Amino acid sequence: MPLEITGLVKRFGSGADAKEVVRGIDLKLRPGECFALLGPNGAGKTTTLRCALGLTGASGGSISLCGLPVPEQAREARARVGVVPQLDSLDPDFTCAENLIVFAGYFGMRESEIRPRIPELLAFAGLEGKDKARIQSLSGGMKRRLTLARALVNKPELLILDEPTTGLDPQARHLIWERLRRLTAEGTTILLTTHFMDEAERLANRLAILDAGRILVQGTPREVIAAHIEPQVVEVFGEWDNTGAGAAAWAEANAATFSKRCEISGETAFCYTDDATSLLAHLARQPGLRSLHRPANLEDVFLKLTGRELRD
Amino acid sequence: MTPTHFALPRLSLRLFAVWRRNFLVWRKLALPSIVGNLADPVIYMLGLGYGLGMLVPEVEGVSYIAFLAGGTLCYSTMNAATFEVLYSGFSRMHVQKTWEAIMNAPVALDDIVAAELVWAASKSCLAGTAILAVIAIFGFTASALALAAIPVIFLAGLCFAALGLIMTALAPSYDFFMYYFTLFITPMTLMSGVFFPQSQLPDSVRTIADLLPLSHAVSVVRPLLLGQVPQQAGLHLAVLGVVTVLAFWLALALTRRRLLK
Repeated sequence: MPLEITGLVKRFGSGADAKEVVRGIDLKLRPGECFALLGPNGAGKTTTLRCALGLTGASGGSISLCGLPVPEQAREARARVGVVPQLDSLDPDFTCAENLIVFAGYFGMRESEIRPRIPELLAFAGLEGKDKARIQSLSGGMKRRLTLARALVNKPELLILDEPTTGLDPQARHLIWERLRRLTAEGTTILLTTHFMDEAERLANRLAILDAGRILVQGTPREVIAAHIEPQVVEVFGEWDNTGAGAAAWAEANAATFSKRCEISGETAFCYTDDATSLLAHLARQPGLRSLHRPANLEDVFLKLTGRELRD
Repeated sequence: MTPTHFALPRLSLRLFAVWRRNFLVWRKLALPSIVGNLADPVIYMLGLGYGLGMLVPEVEGVSYIAFLAGGTLCYSTMNAATFEVLYSGFSRMHVQKTWEAIMNAPVALDDIVAAELVWAASKSCLAGTAILAVIAIFGFTASALALAAIPVIFLAGLCFAALGLIMTALAPSYDFFMYYFTLFITPMTLMSGVFFPQSQLPDSVRTIADLLPLSHAVSVVRPLLLGQVPQQAGLHLAVLGVVTVLAFWLALALTRRRLLK
């Protein structure tokens, strides 16, 4: 079992000031799957990962990482895990190859064991020929890819990634996604946290949405979408009539007639419905309003469950 | 602080992988490091030793510069170890987040802090050995007994590194270290017999001075350089050892509190 968490609780501070960041989470990864943990800022995703790795002590619950109890045997368990943290922490004084060699040393690997694998690891990261490059010369995307290669030096059975594509351009994101798919095809179990719904939908076999320290929903992306949201969305924006009223005013007057549920966010009205035909016909007769019709996706579920307010 | 912060360290062989990492970085930047840790104290020693030495008659039976050599060796070891755990250690821990990166591997925080301790002592001992060589070349060592100073300065390096790690665990920024140097290192240097014999100190100050780790180091190293077996060597070395163990334990507890919450 790559990772099994039962009833995880994590509290910061003590007494009256104590803040419960994780309030009872159960998570069980299946070997070879890709599992995504979604949630707004402050939901407890990174804290859950840190508890799972034994980097911080849990306040309650039990954790088993690669079959070993955490935190009692966290150090040994981490021998079978690869971690791509949120912020790059490559050694700026070393070249790419040296970073890999030194990191492999922390697993007890000699230089003679890791050196032959460096070309293959760098190629996996799309960094062929960069073995002697200094870290300062790499772009943000390249550093993230090198961090991914670094996480693979010990051929881990579980790979944990904390927001792996935040801050990367589309090409870099797609490359990382492709590599992660390759890894799951080879049998590596992956646990990742992300804000990006498209990433979760593309990569995850199963996902969970976390908010305020609790798991709200868990399942395959399709199950979660089917169970929690209407299948179709029409986003409406623009001007309704000559008085300058916008989509919000239109929605207040008319949305209930044509859609099951309507949410207003800023200047846009999101209308959720099973069948959009009548709504679209009505909108065609409103010259000032523009609309976008699409299937409901994970982001809609996410916003429905966690709300549209800012999380700091 | 919770009781678990004070749990005994659980070390593994992986601490040597962390030591090796610091060594490999040092090797790339060895030249400026050697200049700072070797040339600087030697210049001080020669400048003060010959400069003041011409004004000052014999001190405790030897020329001033021969007297100063033993003090210089201890004080430069202390500075090298202290700078390494304070400035370099803080850079690694807080700025570069190197320690966190290493903890993603099967290396515990206990291993990392122990490795920083041993690395700082290794680096300062290497510098100290080079300074000892210079002292010997200039003729200020009396016999081969001076070689026994090398393990002593390694122990002193461990001791000052352990004390420094306490500061690193507490520091919010680099500026914090100024307190440590101004309020502890500098007064200790002036009270421990480095530049002048402790017998010059008023009695009240002498009582405090005798407790300080640097004076214990000087009390062992200076006689060895002058070809004499130090008095109460066992006591002085035991003090250094006990301070090392207690300071490391406290530093580790504070570091756990800081990084593992």
